[in-house]
Amino acid sequence: MKKNDCLPLLLTVSSSLLILLGLYLALAGAPDANLKSETGRLAQRIIYFHIATAWVGFLAFFVTFVAGAVYLRTQRRQWDIAALASAEIGTVFMLGVLVSGSIWARPAWGVWWVWDERLTISLVQFLIYVGYLMLRGSVEDPARRARFAAVYGVVAFVSVPVNFVAIRLWRTQHPLVFGVDGGGLSPNMMFAFFFCLIAFSLWYVTLMWHRIRLERLRDQVDELKLRLV
Amino acid sequence: MNYARKVFAIVWKDIVAELRTKEMFSAMFVFAVLTVVIFNFAFDLRVSGERVRQVAPGALWVAFAFSGVLGLNRAFVLERDRGCLEGLLLAPVDHTAIYFGKMLSTLIFMLAVETFMLPVFTAFFGVSLFDGRLVLVALLGTLGFAGVGTVLSAMTAQTRAREVLLPILLLPVAAPVLIAAVKATAGILDGLPIDELRLWLTLLVGFDVLFPAVAFMTFDYVVKE
Repeated sequence: MKKNDCLPLLLTVSSSLLILLGLYLALAGAPDANLKSETGRLAQRIIYFHIATAWVGFLAFFVTFVAGAVYLRTQRRQWDIAALASAEIGTVFMLGVLVSGSIWARPAWGVWWVWDERLTISLVQFLIYVGYLMLRGSVEDPARRARFAAVYGVVAFVSVPVNFVAIRLWRTQHPLVFGVDGGGLSPNMMFAFFFCLIAFSLWYVTLMWHRIRLERLRDQVDELKLRLV
Repeated sequence: MNYARKVFAIVWKDIVAELRTKEMFSAMFVFAVLTVVIFNFAFDLRVSGERVRQVAPGALWVAFAFSGVLGLNRAFVLERDRGCLEGLLLAPVDHTAIYFGKMLSTLIFMLAVETFMLPVFTAFFGVSLFDGRLVLVALLGTLGFAGVGTVLSAMTAQTRAREVLLPILLLPVAAPVLIAAVKATAGILDGLPIDELRLWLTLLVGFDVLFPAVAFMTFDYVVKE
């Protein structure tokens, strides 16, 4: 085995183990929430993965923004690859947030969806990701694709806080029909929560590593093809 | 020529071209009317009487936004058609002057459509829109929409999907404009004092300053080869 194969393997194995441990902590390790209904107590256990997924979903977009901005300055392909990899991973995680949130909302609030501020901003973020990837898919020239994607990454990233403010103001004009039970987490729950957060972050790094590697290989294949022709 | 005159030259070019063809304005206006008509069909099935008032601001801004997307699309696709964009880029002007020129001409077309929409909307929805404060909201909202839309339109005009892509990129980013504009319009229709709308107006002004600034910094990357 080559030396530089060691780190990705280590990352893959350790993040898989951490996710499994996190799953155990979330389902069995963490204490029951202080909720009356049995369903509520069970459903509440999704938050460990749900919030960790959301964290990665938004972190990935921040990485896309930074990588895009650096690309505009340096015009170096590696930054474009990083932006692309992060956006793709972020899209999947953001979809995960929407789905896991809906699964939780059904037993907790009795509906699959409410136009709550966090739900709405997550949905908008997901749509921005989709737009970003569609934009990439629609430009042939690699340099132009990288530039356009970077510009959209910057514009969209700036819009996220503005969107957040607008949606927050819009929602707080009305009383929330379904309140989130802000009971806070007990120390034991905190441990499981931060454990999952770290596990998911490491998972994100692992996925980034593999996706960037894949894109580099693809570049190499293209180069070789060109040389053959 | 100073910067403002260069910007004005581009705006003037667009206005002259539009006055000769009347392509963009007629398409945008007819589309906006159609949107309002469709909304009337849709709402008439469920909403009646006084409650129309409650949905009117939303319908108004959806019509403005959709016809705005139509106009924004034309703004740069038109330039692409016979290599006009290359000509414009070769002109001895700063590229950001092209951005501001294009943004202003889109703004003017959108405002013209909105002006003509007011009586139509007033008639169809039975809600009087002739209010000075509404002009302010329309101006701020449209400026924000055109400000961020122009840079995205310059981008999508150079992609394979062209017209299809612009609304997909623009609407999530411009969501704050729509939220604030609809809220402010609703407040005006409900007869709230201007003080209670300050929050939404501030948000609109913030958007109007922030996004042209971002576009100003990034526009160069969008048009350069």
